[in-house]
Amino acid sequence: MKLLGTTTGWLSTAALAVLLCVPAWAVLGDNAASVLTDQARMKGTLRSVDNRTYVLHEITMASGDKVREFVSPAGVVFGVAWEGQFPPDFQQLLGPWYQQAQQAAAQNASPEQTRRRRGPVAIETPGLMFYAGGHPRSFRGQAWIPQLVPQGVNVGDIR
Amino acid sequence: MRKAALLFALGNVLWMAACGSSGGGGGGTVTSINVSCSPSTVTSGGTSQCSATVSGTGNFSTAVRWSASAGTIAVEPENPSVGFFTAPMTDATLLVTITATSGQNTNVSGTATITVNPAGMGSNVQPITVDQGPEPQTFLATNQAFTTVTICVPGTNTCQNIDHVQVDTGSQGLRLLSSASGGELGIALPQENDSSGNPLDECLVFADGYVWGMVATADIGMAGETASSIPVQVIIPPSSSPAVPTACSNRNPPGGTGNEGGSVMMLGANGILGVGLFQQDCGLACTPGFQTQPMYFACPSGSCTAINIPVTQQVTNPVIMFATDNNGVLIQFPAVPDGGSLTVAGSLIFGIGTESNNSLGSATVYGANDSGNFTTIFNGTTYPNSFIDSGSNGYFFPSNIPTCANPNQHWYCPSTSPDNLSAQNQGTNMSSPITVNFSLEDASTLFNSSNTAFSTLGGPLPANLDAFDWGLPFFYGRNVFTAIQGQNAPGGTPPPYFAY
Repeated sequence: MKLLGTTTGWLSTAALAVLLCVPAWAVLGDNAASVLTDQARMKGTLRSVDNRTYVLHEITMASGDKVREFVSPAGVVFGVAWEGQFPPDFQQLLGPWYQQAQQAAAQNASPEQTRRRRGPVAIETPGLMFYAGGHPRSFRGQAWIPQLVPQGVNVGDIR
Repeated sequence: MRKAALLFALGNVLWMAACGSSGGGGGGTVTSINVSCSPSTVTSGGTSQCSATVSGTGNFSTAVRWSASAGTIAVEPENPSVGFFTAPMTDATLLVTITATSGQNTNVSGTATITVNPAGMGSNVQPITVDQGPEPQTFLATNQAFTTVTICVPGTNTCQNIDHVQVDTGSQGLRLLSSASGGELGIALPQENDSSGNPLDECLVFADGYVWGMVATADIGMAGETASSIPVQVIIPPSSSPAVPTACSNRNPPGGTGNEGGSVMMLGANGILGVGLFQQDCGLACTPGFQTQPMYFACPSGSCTAINIPVTQQVTNPVIMFATDNNGVLIQFPAVPDGGSLTVAGSLIFGIGTESNNSLGSATVYGANDSGNFTTIFNGTTYPNSFIDSGSNGYFFPSNIPTCANPNQHWYCPSTSPDNLSAQNQGTNMSSPITVNFSLEDASTLFNSSNTAFSTLGGPLPANLDAFDWGLPFFYGRNVFTAIQGQNAPGGTPPPYFAY
């Protein structure tokens, strides 16, 4: 499985299917095989679209909730987006970036100080961009790693 | 009766020096006065008892002078730190400020607010207020609409009034902060069990945090309406058992507040009254036969496993359980001027087109999709995931309007204040959008007052979210209707819909 870490070419969905046994959680910044791990864990259906500068893998769960993973030509998940009735498991989706984002956010003032209630959340750091918002029964958001975004990709597409 | 006999003066202002304490204070310093009144909501002619706690250093005087912005207040001669308030007659809900001013230093005072309701108020009219928030006054609430809810152990007369429950059109169901969390809930509501007899708990995630605690049943009374034996949530603090499952806590977005069950300040209220567009907080997606969702949990012996449960067991929008007036709500607030208001009184009116006081009238219906959203167009960009949410305390939307300096960087401070703006809203039922005007002011300036209601408060929302969040400022000076999916409502468009 370590082999994947050095994979630099495009990975087809068929090739990924062979690697379904990859045990690790799929996370932002991980390799493309993690898409299938996520699909299996979310019990979802997978639709993949080649957009030339990246491949979009969209996992649709039975509830209709969607997670979209954006994979670079280097085979790395550089961005994720979600929408649906439930927010995703951020620890699983963001992996090690989850703690980093928590720490970055902790440097901001607490809600009691900022007075904000029930507004969206935004974390903008050189290492990670994270946006989440919505309301119960309708959540959405995106996260991406700026350094991993391939040239020519509009980050506005990550949604 | 004893109290009445001891009252020796009535008037808007009454002065009384405390016994056993020199009026001059003997060199001590009065630092603060805390005032609380019970009950905090009365009807015309009703009474409330207020008490003042004077804090200071050295040999300070505890003498206070009581005053009321309306009605009368009297003191008990034997205990001048207690004031007896008698409410005035009123035709509309009135907020009265009770003030206790130090006799030693008139620059030091404390206040409390009492809500006075008209005696003959309609049976479907629930008073709501925007004010400084629940006691203990550990934070200053901003643009939060509160109400008082009566809850009872199902089928009994064991009841309690819980004040400062936040009215939220962005969620469904009643959630009350437990006493362990510092909330007011003092009666023991019976916990629900799953079909195997295991106790049920719930994780409810909001945009910026979550709450955790047991699913219980309660009789709920508001205005003249009753919802009998309906599922509610009792929010517990992180230190309580059962522990929060990671499947719950992991849904808190980085940058969110996390578990809001730790204190009144964390939740910002004694509870949340979700009167949104849907019947339950989850619905079909959390019922048996569908993929298990991390929302409801069976927790035998304090260890929790996600489980799906029937909709009848899910935390329910209380409105659908009323015998009448059960298809939605109308929220009415007066306009709030630029700069804001100290407090605002309004009405939560149950039903749409069911009584003489809740007809759609000239309101336009904006159909919402199955997620509770419609479309807003602002500055030439279309945001298809927009919504009207009384639980959001500002207008949150994408814009290049400058944000404020630290510590208000999460709010807009337009270079021209007020900044008059306009957007367009389009429901799923509409072929073309309709313009809506709003304005923003410099949030840092607004926050320099002790006002709690602001019609011109806004903050940024990332453009990638494709949303415009019309928070509580939108409700000022409007009639805003929220019609519940699956119910019959007038207007020609099946709910869910907003109308204004």
